[in-house]
Amino acid sequence: MEDILSVFVRSIFVDNMLFAYYLGMCSFVAVSKNVKTALGLGIAVTFVLVCTLPINYILENYVLTEGALSWLGPQYENVNLSFLSLIIFIAVIASFVQLVEMIIEKFSPSLYASLGIFLPLIAVNCAILGGSLFMQQRAFPNVGVATVYGLGSGIGWLLAIVGMAAIREKLAYSHVPKPLKGLGITFIVTGLMGIAFMCFSGLKI
Amino acid sequence: MGLLSSKNKEILVGPLSVNNPVVIQMLGICSALAVTSKLEPAIVMGISVTAVMAFANVIISLMRNTIPNRIRIIVQLVVVAALVTIVSEVLKAYAYDVNKQLSVFVGLIITNCILMGRLEAFALGNGPWESFLDGVGNGLGYTLILIIVGFFRELLGSGTLLGFQVIPEKFYELGYVNNGLMILPPMALIVIAVIIWVHRGRNKELQEN
Repeated sequence: MEDILSVFVRSIFVDNMLFAYYLGMCSFVAVSKNVKTALGLGIAVTFVLVCTLPINYILENYVLTEGALSWLGPQYENVNLSFLSLIIFIAVIASFVQLVEMIIEKFSPSLYASLGIFLPLIAVNCAILGGSLFMQQRAFPNVGVATVYGLGSGIGWLLAIVGMAAIREKLAYSHVPKPLKGLGITFIVTGLMGIAFMCFSGLKI
Repeated sequence: MGLLSSKNKEILVGPLSVNNPVVIQMLGICSALAVTSKLEPAIVMGISVTAVMAFANVIISLMRNTIPNRIRIIVQLVVVAALVTIVSEVLKAYAYDVNKQLSVFVGLIITNCILMGRLEAFALGNGPWESFLDGVGNGLGYTLILIIVGFFRELLGSGTLLGFQVIPEKFYELGYVNNGLMILPPMALIVIAVIIWVHRGRNKELQEN
């Protein structure tokens, strides 16, 4: 139980996807112009992370790693398919995003219209694949922890993009040196937010 | 039409400065930042991305008339994922230490927006040779930014370059201290912001309103 709580808090604040590893920067910079779309994208990313991490965890531990196929019979004990993990992970993510897109289009056309192009782009959001790769690297003990890690990383990313969007809305009224306008000042603000987030790094639960 | 006509040269050289993938097109920022605390992983990462991009561009360009439009994203992802798997296995075999430092970021080349961006914007509409040049050009533009950032972060943060001591011992005896802040992740963003500042200060037509 403590383990789950600690993974959850760490993945939001200490190992924040955006500020500690810069994952999902591209959509972060492109979509953080107003709070509403930022919130929509953040929720969609969190949802896809929560759904794909357990699937990839099960695939990783029962199909891909060395000896993982031993449940099929003793002759499969030495099979090591880990070189396939990148392709399998991205296939799961891409098909899942396609699925989410179809479901949203069918049941909530208004949400579908407001998210627009950003829905398919979630498939190539580095934060999602990054979540699966970190899950693989850190070898979580069970599916529950992996799911909680997905939820935490998603919420951390959501916090970051909504905060950034709020700052950028105000930034529109300030005098920024001309060459820094737009992209440049966004980078500097992100850097400063990252430094602020670093004060969580000693956090222990 | 020669192999390096002026139009093709433009495709190759443009991404180095006025059409740079990182500071102008805003593509591939994710991985550009994380691997640059030292110069060596930055160079390896740049070479890997350039190789994957050049070949992915050629393959997609050869297949561009046969891919159904609706499933093109999945086809592109599979091609890129296969190439990245090859690169990752090669790195594991020949440069294990650097591979450890790059950790998940080799795998993350798949979702590097430069790749998808160039495949969508260029390889789907152009022949294989132009696509190859475009891939190499954008890869080099990306590598250039990585090297600049890696150079300053390693020089100011650890006083070394490629692992060799550059700042003389005398300086440390006189009280010079490495700037530990440069090693931390947020400084990569600020270094890139400074690059953007200088670059756009020199090229006024690139400034945003």
